[in-house]
Amino acid sequence: MNERSRISHFANSEAPLDIARYIESGGYVGLMAALGKTSAEVIGVVKNSGLRGRGGAGFPTGLKWESVAAGEQPYLVCNADEGEPGTFKDRFILERAPYLVLEGMTIAALAIGAREGYIYVRGEYPEIAKMLALATEKAKARGYLGNDILSSGFSFDVAVRVGGGSYVVGDETALLNSLMGNRGYPMLKPPFPTEKGLWGKPTVVNNVETLAYVPIILGLGAQAFASIGSVNCPGYKLFSLSGHVANPGVYEFPMGTRLRDVLEKAGGVTGTLKAIQIGGTAGPIFGPAALDYNLDFPSMQKAGGALGSGAIVAMNTSVNMAHVLEVTMRFFAQESCGQCFPCRYGTRQLDYMAHRIALGLGKVEYLDLMRETATVMVGASFCPFGQSVALPLKSLLDEFGDEIVSFMTEQQYLKEVSE
Amino acid sequence: MSVSLTVDGNKVTVPDHTSVLEAAAAAHISIPTLCRHEDLVPKGACGMCIVKIGGQTGFKRSCVTEAREGMSVWTSSPEIRDIRRGILELVLAAHPADCLQCIKHGKCELQTLAERFEIRDLHYDRYTRGLPVDQTSLGIVRDMNKCIGCGRCVEMCNETQTVASIFFRGRGADTIVAPTIGKSMGDSVCVNCGQCVVYCPVGALYEREQIDEVWKAIDDPDKIVVAQIAPAVRVAIGEEFGLEPGELCIGKLYSALKGMGVDVVFDTNFSADLTILEEGTELLGRIREGGPFPLITSCSPGWIKFCETFYPELLGNVSSCKSPQQMLGALIKTYYATQREIDPARLVSLSIMPCTAKKFEARRPEMNASGLCDVDFVLTTREIARMFRQAGICFADLDESAPDPLLSGYTGAATIFGASGGVMEAALRTAYELATGKSLARIDFSEVRGMQGVKEATVDMDGLAVKIAVTNGLGNARKILDTISAANKLGKPSYHFVEIMACSGGCIGGGGQPLPNTQAKRARRMEGLYMEDRGLALRKSHENPEVKRIYAEFLGSPGSSLAHKLLHTSYLDRREAASASS
Ligand SMILES: Cc1cc2nc3c(=O)[nH]c(=O)nc-3n(C[C@H](O)[C@H](O)[C@H](O)COP(=O)(O)O)c2cc1C
Ligand code: SF4
Ligand code: SF4
Ligand code: SF4
Ligand code: SF4
Repeated sequence: MNERSRISHFANSEAPLDIARYIESGGYVGLMAALGKTSAEVIGVVKNSGLRGRGGAGFPTGLKWESVAAGEQPYLVCNADEGEPGTFKDRFILERAPYLVLEGMTIAALAIGAREGYIYVRGEYPEIAKMLALATEKAKARGYLGNDILSSGFSFDVAVRVGGGSYVVGDETALLNSLMGNRGYPMLKPPFPTEKGLWGKPTVVNNVETLAYVPIILGLGAQAFASIGSVNCPGYKLFSLSGHVANPGVYEFPMGTRLRDVLEKAGGVTGTLKAIQIGGTAGPIFGPAALDYNLDFPSMQKAGGALGSGAIVAMNTSVNMAHVLEVTMRFFAQESCGQCFPCRYGTRQLDYMAHRIALGLGKVEYLDLMRETATVMVGASFCPFGQSVALPLKSLLDEFGDEIVSFMTEQQYLKEVSE
Repeated sequence: MSVSLTVDGNKVTVPDHTSVLEAAAAAHISIPTLCRHEDLVPKGACGMCIVKIGGQTGFKRSCVTEAREGMSVWTSSPEIRDIRRGILELVLAAHPADCLQCIKHGKCELQTLAERFEIRDLHYDRYTRGLPVDQTSLGIVRDMNKCIGCGRCVEMCNETQTVASIFFRGRGADTIVAPTIGKSMGDSVCVNCGQCVVYCPVGALYEREQIDEVWKAIDDPDKIVVAQIAPAVRVAIGEEFGLEPGELCIGKLYSALKGMGVDVVFDTNFSADLTILEEGTELLGRIREGGPFPLITSCSPGWIKFCETFYPELLGNVSSCKSPQQMLGALIKTYYATQREIDPARLVSLSIMPCTAKKFEARRPEMNASGLCDVDFVLTTREIARMFRQAGICFADLDESAPDPLLSGYTGAATIFGASGGVMEAALRTAYELATGKSLARIDFSEVRGMQGVKEATVDMDGLAVKIAVTNGLGNARKILDTISAANKLGKPSYHFVEIMACSGGCIGGGGQPLPNTQAKRARRMEGLYMEDRGLALRKSHENPEVKRIYAEFLGSPGSSLAHKLLHTSYLDRREAASASS
């Protein structure tokens, strides 16, 4: 397998801003290939590669680019808001291979006809924003960005913006609101950003990792990428491993790799595996049966979960699931943007009940009430955030409900004896 | 073009771009909502309006979903009912159980829905937010413990009024509506228009009440309480007692005020006529001297503070005339006191207004031309209705009576002050005749009437083409003000005379009017005023006999130095307040 089909190949932790080294390692081959093609041809290559968005939803990237409404000058936005706990793969890319992302953006801009792009960097990553600003300067100085890129007649400029919002600002519509200086509230779809986005203009929002694979695809050809990983979900994927694993960090595997193999590569689970959360806080919490899951979008969906951002959090038997419930619900309550009633009030109640349970003050009725609350939130939340609480909550209650109940009973008992 | 669809099996045909919610209404199905309002942009915040649409997964918010040809919509099912009930319970668990003491009791949309869904018990543990109530403003009280976060006030203040005094702050369940950090309602850029109050579905934003103080004055045997009633109140107060919007209730109002113990009842319509004499003279003076143009009306205190804050460079264009409320206040404690030989210190001047900004205006330091506070208390239409109820007055059944003479006679020109375009029309009726000495053939200026936000016309005044503009709602005012500002800078003419009212539709839509205070009701109140105008024998301000008399006996002529002392005022540059809060 070609080393150059991996992001890790381009990762340079010592001198990430050294553009000459980036070029040496094969950088800007993709852009040069793209400059020799028409927009439609570039989109064609990306479509044929089978690339699916790495931001969480797995939407086919070529299709997204193709759906950009004709007529008005579109914008391109790189989503570097990465707010998901346990996810740090975009940071990995930006810190080690900033030019790969800039190159991917330039190719995407060429494909959709954008002349201006934004990188929206999470507020907690200020150094990365500074680094990206430097990288854009250097790329411009070398003619890889800015006016008349590599004398092709094509011009594209990138501005770096530092975010300041909650986790929800990572949602593309909320991110666009934030970029426009509005409160980071998600907007209703349709219209999709590709029809009406930034300042009413068609806009493509892509994740950092998605864009980082774009130069790779253009450089190697669609076929080379499509032949890696799962048939309907090809290519490599970055996984952020944390929790009770021997060597936490970012790992790159072909799509469809079994979870067991991924964990093994990270030195295995420390202690005895009890639970594992895949896809971020909004993903379900599985029991050890998940070890045999294939990690790609369709397989995870079939398993009742989601690949999401590729976050994998391992928990060993030292973990109290009542505590996991509390932490998870607190996350939702703290990050809810508050725009819609079901999520604003629902997350508050879930947080309250989970907190009471963890304190040993819970009531058994809470468990049903929490499920009912999740049903309300799935049915009537405004954006996917509020709807997504159900996955971790229901999986926790289904898989570990007995443990939580006996924890509550035990706490109740201890209290009674101490009185 | 229209589309046909079925709602719960009933076929309906509705115009293109109708929402599913409105299509359901056309099929006589009322989908519950907490955030939507017919006058505002649907936001889809509450989630109560979810429906099932055939062939689509999940539930859709009917307020923001367009009806399409062939759609089949289901508005009720066990799941939908459970979800709606769930949302309501979630909201109620976070809400103070305070209905009996609440200013919105009986008018509250949350309460109405709780009743409709028969919420008898809550499955959730209740909690309260424990937030302090913001009492710093003279006009508006802000109690975020009751806020449900619907966003209507934010839209009113930012989009419709473009004052941008209040925003959403905080996140998730801690979200509140508040001025910029470090500011309270009292020292924010809020102009006290009360449009946020009018659209708040619950008791989170409301008028600062002065009912207790007024009862105290009425009950004090040493005090003589003198009331005045604004034009817009007479066609709206009936709604508080089951009468139709637009129904003229002025005779009942005089009776009710007397009935509850007010000693003397005057009418702000008198000073509206007086305003026309003063402002008309000002306009004619400017026409004679060639400017400065445009002259802009000054009777809406929300607009005045807006101008002081956001367009201080235009303050020189604003008429120096006080509002009719303040003119009458000054005359009560001077002219009336002298005429009746009463110590003005014994007089308590009470005004009944459709407006929350008038509460602020009455406390402006300039407003003590009489040497005392010209207007002691301002009650909104809603507050005076509460007092009538407290006094046991069956308002709808009252006989009509007359006001006290001296400061109460009025013409049709005065009564239309309550509608957007009314001041303009009244001024045109008088200015023309004063300027030319000729009698006006046509006195209806329909081009300035109606609910449109911006109305422009050119009126022929004996050979002079007078360019005029009328706006209502501060966002609409901005459009005209930017034009004026730009023209002024270039030294170019824009308009001769401009009327600006802070509230949509004019004072009939004021922040103190009966609830609900919708655009549709405002339009009917407006009709009521024009109907009264048509029916009056005198329809031009300069024909008002009491106005003639006060000039003859007391003020001299319009624009005299005494008139200036009592009836005119000056303004303040509040630009700093604006920059500090942005
Ligand atoms: C609550 C929420 C948070 C999200 N956070 C992120 C994020 O941090 N980064 C990201 O790339 N996408 C995030 N997304 C997904 C984006 O909305 C969007 O789908 C994505 O940026 C598209 O990029 P892709 O097509 O390249 O995957 C989030 C979505 C939701 C609903
Ligand atoms: S679901 Fe939650 S995050 Fe999404 S709009 Fe509603 S309150 Fe905001
Ligand atoms: S706002 Fe409505 S529900 Fe709340 S206390 Fe007042 S009347 Fe009751
Ligand atoms: S009273 Fe008017 S200006 Fe003040 S907050 Fe309400 S809408 Fe804004
Ligand atoms: S104050 Fe009233 S209008 Fe404003 S968001 Fe809260 S409930 Fe809605």
